[in-house]
Amino acid sequence: MIKILPKITTIIGLVFLSANSLFGAKNNLTLAGSTTVLPIAQKAAEAFMDLNKDINISVRGGGSGVGIASLISGSVDIANSSRPIKAKEIKTAREKGKNPVENIIALDGLAVIVHPNNPINELDIKTIKDIYTGKISNWKVLKGIDQPIVVISRDVASGTFEVFKEKVLKGEKVRDDALMLASNKAVATTVAETPGAIGYVGLGYLSEEVKSIKIEGVTPSEKTVRSGEYKLARPLYMYTNGVPRGIAKDFIDFILSPTGQKIVKETGFVPLE
Amino acid sequence: MIREKLFKYFSLLAAICAIVFLLSIIVSIFREGLPIFGKVGFLRFLFGKSWHPTQEPAEFGILALIVGSIVVTIGALLIAIPLGVGSAIYLSELAKPQTREILKPFIELLAGIPSVIYGLFGMAFLAPFIMRLFNLNAGLNAFTASIVLGLMVVPIISSISEDAISAVPKSLREAAYALGANKWETIRKVVLPAAKSGIFASIVLGFGRAIGETMVVLMVAGGSAIIPKSIFQPVRPMTSAIAAEMGETVVGSDHYQALFGIAIILFTITFLSNLITEAMKGKVKR
Repeated sequence: MIKILPKITTIIGLVFLSANSLFGAKNNLTLAGSTTVLPIAQKAAEAFMDLNKDINISVRGGGSGVGIASLISGSVDIANSSRPIKAKEIKTAREKGKNPVENIIALDGLAVIVHPNNPINELDIKTIKDIYTGKISNWKVLKGIDQPIVVISRDVASGTFEVFKEKVLKGEKVRDDALMLASNKAVATTVAETPGAIGYVGLGYLSEEVKSIKIEGVTPSEKTVRSGEYKLARPLYMYTNGVPRGIAKDFIDFILSPTGQKIVKETGFVPLE
Repeated sequence: MIREKLFKYFSLLAAICAIVFLLSIIVSIFREGLPIFGKVGFLRFLFGKSWHPTQEPAEFGILALIVGSIVVTIGALLIAIPLGVGSAIYLSELAKPQTREILKPFIELLAGIPSVIYGLFGMAFLAPFIMRLFNLNAGLNAFTASIVLGLMVVPIISSISEDAISAVPKSLREAAYALGANKWETIRKVVLPAAKSGIFASIVLGFGRAIGETMVVLMVAGGSAIIPKSIFQPVRPMTSAIAAEMGETVVGSDHYQALFGIAIILFTITFLSNLITEAMKGKVKR
């Protein structure tokens, strides 16, 4: 009996230790939400964990709506979002005693892209709207090649579409037969393969396989997005319950620091300064 | 003795778990989705032609999504039935044992490929190819999606049909040969009719697989919520609408409920097709 006593104490000790690391909520930070913000959050989390070995950050996607719902239900500390929180969501949050606070962590520009062989270089927002709503359906109308325009859009529920709807469509519907694709990558790939195509993607998805169009004379770039000259741009958010505190504050401060903003740039988005 | 009992109760528990999971899935889908039928009206939800869930005011008519699902599923079956049943006949009736040993694993391997890989293949390779071949404006459409889905369904139809054909008693074939029928006549007039319900069950199972497949149609079908005028137009099957929109929508909103409403419809369709398969399987045994 006496012999096994030390063993038992060791086991109990170990159980307590592991329970502490498993349930020690103090050192854990969880994020969920927008797939647009995901790469920034993920890279920043890795860098942050390298600097703070005792902190564990887990980042999930799911979409902006899922992130905000998880923040309201209390299952995450930070909700990543590519759109501002909606009135209905604020109302639900208040009912559950939560107070979502907005933190802008980066900027994102939407580039309008066409096939590299398309001679069109510049469009204004009104023309893009006419193309997307179906009033213009052949490139020849815009002094391009005589070829039907293949309109490519993101899914109507995506944060990217929401920005496009607000800045370009101004409430009107996309033509019914537009291709509605599920990711930025899918839009870029399809435009690269389809001669008559027009699409829009985040600046991070531009490559040599597609041609980006000047909008009202402004080339989409980091500089023009930050200065506000380029019209198709949006902020990216991290929402916290109340003013960020503890690890959440440290993490958001880290993203806003020069090191964090360098990560923003590396992942293809636009740093705040 | 105790061990035996323990094992019995453990396996009973496992069986009950499966029922509990199924019931909780059904309850949660219906609880989240039923309210939309009240708000929009069941018939207007089911037969409404316009799906504009994020517009002001929003429109929740899913007819185009249902038609989209049906078009790609029928397209897939048109490709998969001849290939699946044909390969099943070859494997069970005509192939030499060695050929069969080589061929069968390949067909089964098709079933093991993750659907996202089928999707990538369709998006990056097949879609541009179809676009050039038929001189279309865009390659992501119902036709391309049907081909990819069809490839996915072939192994299901092939392996279940093969089981059904192999299960036909040898005596029937011998009787046919004794009456002077040749191989082709025996297959066509004796073996296939005898294996009919098993083959039909495989087709219904393939239907369920095709209509429930999500990743491939999300990547390849083009995603436009329209009732297509030709098979070369893009479609938005029910599964891809749910997958693409669920993540970004506000939890508890009308749009959220409408997506669960689509899930109810989809669940009902696949549930019915499974019932039919089960009924067919019962017939085979008798």
